[in-house]
Amino acid sequence: MDWGLILSNLFHDTIVFSTALIFAALGGLYSERSGVVNIALEGMMIIGAFTGAVMTFAFQDSLGAWAPWVGFIAAGIAGSIFALPHAVASVTFKADQTVSGVALNFLAAGLSIYLTKIIFDGAGQTPTLNSVFNKFSIPGLSEIPYIGHAIFEAYPTSFLAFIAVFVTWYVVFKTPFGLRLRSVGEHPRAADTVGINVKRMRYTAVMISGMLAALGGATISLTTTSNFSHNTVSGQGFIAIAALIFGKWHPMGAMGAALFFGVAQAIKSLVQIFGLTNYIPTEFIFMLPYVLTILVMAGLVGRSSAPAALGKPYDTGSR
Amino acid sequence: MNRVIAVFTKESFLVPAVAIILGLLTGAIAMLAGGFNPIDAYVALIKKVFGNAYNFGETIRQITPLIFTGLAVAFAFRTGLFNIGAEGQFIVGMIASTVVGVSFDLPAIIHAPLAILAGAVAGGLWGAIAGYLKAARGVNEVITSIMLNWVALYFANWIMNAFFIPAGKQTSEEVKDSAIITIGWLAEMFDNARLHWGTLIAVLAAIFFYIILWKTKSGFELRSVGLNPHASEYAGMNVNRNVVKAMFIGGMFAGIGGATEILGVFHYQAIMTQHTGYGFDGIAVALIGGNTPFGVILAAILFGVLTFGASGMQFSAGVPFELIRVVIASVIFFVAAHGIVKMFIKPILLKKKEGGN
Repeated sequence: MDWGLILSNLFHDTIVFSTALIFAALGGLYSERSGVVNIALEGMMIIGAFTGAVMTFAFQDSLGAWAPWVGFIAAGIAGSIFALPHAVASVTFKADQTVSGVALNFLAAGLSIYLTKIIFDGAGQTPTLNSVFNKFSIPGLSEIPYIGHAIFEAYPTSFLAFIAVFVTWYVVFKTPFGLRLRSVGEHPRAADTVGINVKRMRYTAVMISGMLAALGGATISLTTTSNFSHNTVSGQGFIAIAALIFGKWHPMGAMGAALFFGVAQAIKSLVQIFGLTNYIPTEFIFMLPYVLTILVMAGLVGRSSAPAALGKPYDTGSR
Repeated sequence: MNRVIAVFTKESFLVPAVAIILGLLTGAIAMLAGGFNPIDAYVALIKKVFGNAYNFGETIRQITPLIFTGLAVAFAFRTGLFNIGAEGQFIVGMIASTVVGVSFDLPAIIHAPLAILAGAVAGGLWGAIAGYLKAARGVNEVITSIMLNWVALYFANWIMNAFFIPAGKQTSEEVKDSAIITIGWLAEMFDNARLHWGTLIAVLAAIFFYIILWKTKSGFELRSVGLNPHASEYAGMNVNRNVVKAMFIGGMFAGIGGATEILGVFHYQAIMTQHTGYGFDGIAVALIGGNTPFGVILAAILFGVLTFGASGMQFSAGVPFELIRVVIASVIFFVAAHGIVKMFIKPILLKKKEGGN
């Protein structure tokens, strides 16, 4: 048994499974750094997966290999529009942000299948797409034995996800926009006093959040599943929230956590490949990522420090 | 008469009522956009639920687990916790009651209550895990309870596969007759709709919810911790213990819900490929019901009528039943953003003020 090859495959699969989580966790990061709880990541991912699949389907005959890119971009736009009601409710109307997020999750689940049935004559899922993202190899680097397959051969969306991590880190910690974003999430009154428009910052953050989470959803339907159905996203938005908290609201941390969940998923498929299912019941293997999450959260994270104003609506008149 | 008007113009009543109307309107707009006739659809929905005895009975069956999971979420909410884990608690309740129902031979008077109790304890303990991790390790209960939902699903399948499902089958043996809580004579009156004692237990659970939270010392502590944990701690209350206790009691409600579903409706446990959905719907029920026991019952009725009637809507008016999720989502949204609703009811409130003076 070639352990190098096994490890190389494990790493490769980890990246595939983590991509969507990285996008969604980064999405959550923008919103929560601005002080708006975003439990609606799941719903935003669903909208992204749905829009990505439908738009790609619409354009795959005319645009061929470019169609998934159209679907991907459309998903981002749809996600930011879908996030708007959350911003309206939680910023303008000072609603309970968790409740508003729950509403969006319900809405996404219902609306996406409702529209799918209308568009595809009553079918509960989109047809299988014949044009989705293909794996992309970085010339030269991908020929390195083992490492090449593990790291430099991936869906283009995976490369974009890692770029997004660095962009997010730069934007949040190195730009004036990032400083305003964080100040609005830590101490909105102080931010307001120095002339930052708290509401506008929060609206922007929530919409960026919707865009990124939807991109995450689109990576699922446009890479691994090749269609959209009711269980395309199946809880990954919630795991992205866990990754965000686990990563202590830091882009690198969130990426690390997303990779951790990716490993748990990848190990799951490895165990099946190696026939260990004769020794371990399959149910325990399916349980693994979730149990690991709980153990790690309980053991490593401890009390994590959320942005100070997270979940608190900002009222101009309050002190 | 004035008192009646006063009740119906109270904000706690008006906001959800207007939110429901706005939700139905949103659904109507979505139907129009999809090329359907909303009036036909809603009429079909109502006809489905109230059209014949069997469907009416089945609607009641549908409402029952929603009351339990709604109470589970609402109870935790009252103590400042967000229990997304009602689904998992519901599942372990199903499992525990199946195990007791299948394995023991006891007189009915002991067996059925014991099976329900097993569901309650299992659900309670499952909820308490999230509570304990929050109290002892500071782990966000939202995350743990989501993860525990998935663990419960696979754990349930494992127990069933390993011990209770004969090889090559998809379902366990039926629970013993002595553990079944179906109400035979009532079911006959409703054309064999699956009516069971669980509905009565759900109402009793709501009363228990009310009494423990508002009429006991320990309920005062639970609510106090929910409103302000710091002040409660300063006042000498043990916040951590209350967190675990709240999650245990919340989990108990969901667990009983799972148990009565097995003992009253299915009588066996099947291998599950996905979640039952009752736990997640319970979140909506609790939110629409304003986290009060009476509100939860009303919201569960609304939710049950809409979801059960949705299949009729699909059958007679061609509207995909997922549309009803859009309606429910809009209702939750408008309940959350009651600021929007207040814009709509401002005229009513102003009139009331004038009338009152």
